[in-house]
Amino acid sequence: MAMITMREAISQALWEEMEKDPNVFIMGEEVGVWGGTYAVTRGFFDHFGPERVRDTPIAEGVIVGAANGAAMTGLRPVAELMTINFAFLAMDQIVNHSAKLRIMFGGQFKVPIVIRAVGGGGRQLGATHSQTPDVVFAHFPGIKVIAPGTPYDAKGLLKSAIREDDPVMFIEHATLYQSRGEVPEEEYLEPIGVSKVQRPGRDVTLITYSKMLQLSMQAAEQLSSEGIEVEIIDLRTLRPLDMEPVIKSFKRTNRAVIVEEGWGTFGIGSEIASRIYEHAFDYVDAPIKRVAQKEVPLPYNRELEQLALPQVEDIVNAVKEVL
Amino acid sequence: MDKERLQEIYHEMVLVRRLEEESASLYQQGKIGGFLHLYIGQEAVGSGIIAARQPQDRVITAYRDHGVAISCGMDPKVVMAELLGKETGCSKGRGGSMHLADTELNFWGGHAIVGAHLPLAAGMAMADQYRDTDAVTICMFGDGATNIGYFHEALNLSAVWNLPVLWVCENNQYGMGTSVERASAVSEIRQKANGYGMPNERVDGMNVIEVYETTQKVLPKVREGGPYLLEVMTYRYRGHSMGDPERYRETDEVEKWRKDDPIGIFREHLLSKEGFEETVLDEEELRAEKLIQEAVQFAESSPDPAPETLFDYLYVD
Repeated sequence: MAMITMREAISQALWEEMEKDPNVFIMGEEVGVWGGTYAVTRGFFDHFGPERVRDTPIAEGVIVGAANGAAMTGLRPVAELMTINFAFLAMDQIVNHSAKLRIMFGGQFKVPIVIRAVGGGGRQLGATHSQTPDVVFAHFPGIKVIAPGTPYDAKGLLKSAIREDDPVMFIEHATLYQSRGEVPEEEYLEPIGVSKVQRPGRDVTLITYSKMLQLSMQAAEQLSSEGIEVEIIDLRTLRPLDMEPVIKSFKRTNRAVIVEEGWGTFGIGSEIASRIYEHAFDYVDAPIKRVAQKEVPLPYNRELEQLALPQVEDIVNAVKEVL
Repeated sequence: MDKERLQEIYHEMVLVRRLEEESASLYQQGKIGGFLHLYIGQEAVGSGIIAARQPQDRVITAYRDHGVAISCGMDPKVVMAELLGKETGCSKGRGGSMHLADTELNFWGGHAIVGAHLPLAAGMAMADQYRDTDAVTICMFGDGATNIGYFHEALNLSAVWNLPVLWVCENNQYGMGTSVERASAVSEIRQKANGYGMPNERVDGMNVIEVYETTQKVLPKVREGGPYLLEVMTYRYRGHSMGDPERYRETDEVEKWRKDDPIGIFREHLLSKEGFEETVLDEEELRAEKLIQEAVQFAESSPDPAPETLFDYLYVD
């Protein structure tokens, strides 16, 4: 196992899949000559050439739209959206086309597209560049939504996503690119649509994903020193949603906290809590708690921004409240 | 074109006209649901353009797609079954009027969001360029689609990447009920291509021969040299869809275009210039009528999709 960054893990996944399959290509803003706004595709342009690493105009509708069209013919485009906030400009293509082309035409098309989008707050980019709208995409049947929290999962899941015949929205968190984790030297794949226990514990079930996994791990360490053992389940895929490990854990702990970076209203916490009540109502010993972003567009000011985002302390407090 | 091909095209245009008339009637009987956008008056566009394509050339269009589907070679039975939402329809009853397609016929749909299939067309052309084939993607859309951002994004990208796309604007002079003059900064749509340094021309869409010959002249240019925009001047006799109150057009205007009927013009041409007998053309009309009656019968006797197939085709795996 090697310790590598999330950025390296994602880069390796792309590189390996492009080496393996000539139908895989990358398109997006600044992915080529520049090397990617977050340097994920640095070196790709020189190695794979301009046909397979395609710089596009700043035009998200046609980036995702042309990728959809190419995918319908059997290519495997990886379309990069510089930030997930720009995905709103491509919303029609994602929602009305990627997600529907297959079923709406009676199974005639496959749309093996991967849309990589970078999201998340905490970098003082202001309200329009700091959103975590992952749940919006997970709302629509027809696409799959992946949001990894570790380099290991990022690499294994992105490789699976590229080989997947269905459209995948692959959401990366901008503040995780430098985070490190162990990744095997040999090739491996991680299954899409499978939640994972990232930390075992007996007292409380904590459900989270992406950046909030890291904060939750820190909270769990802190709580452990006080004798409270939190079991952390990382969703990894928001659609299809794998509830099995969540329900299994909850039936043991009888208490749950859900942590998400986006807004809580109609959010992931609401969905998970509702499903726990549906499938394990008799096991509930305390009201389920949700930790989420405060209901306001993120401010630029550093202190205000941090005030709005969920913090380790918020998670610690929520866990203590359900005990 | 030889006489046999001319006769086929005449048959095809009449078939489309009869299909649409029959669809209107089935819609009024409540057998076709949702929206229904008829191609009546625009038959020469689809027939002329598609008659000029090579088998490897892809065709993609908007939601006024029944005629284009027939021109691409779709069996009227399969079209009608889709309109009635049956399992035997081209999209297995999941798509309906606006979502006809058959990849075997290189017909890539039938798309219902105005302008949204232009990026899809750019992507298909990019895929053909990527694979180094000589296929062209023929992308048809209405005048209304040229005012949406997608049009700009897709035409620009096709020019930047020199993609083999023939952009075909079917200018029927109204985007729903709003005339081109009231919605577009320039009413001569072809001028918009100049903004992308893209060659373009306008053609009379009521004359199938003219549409065919222009397309035949232009397709090799697209195959060799990249995108081109054709503005085809046409007119729909019916409303935008079946629910259109048609308060926006004068009766005289509709009458003027009816006299310029694309099927009437072509029939006249075949009789006076190509040496056809009336009886031969009458025979084609009867043949079309018979095919449509068979199509209705087929569609009506076809099964609905089974309830247990509700989730079919949602995902591949």
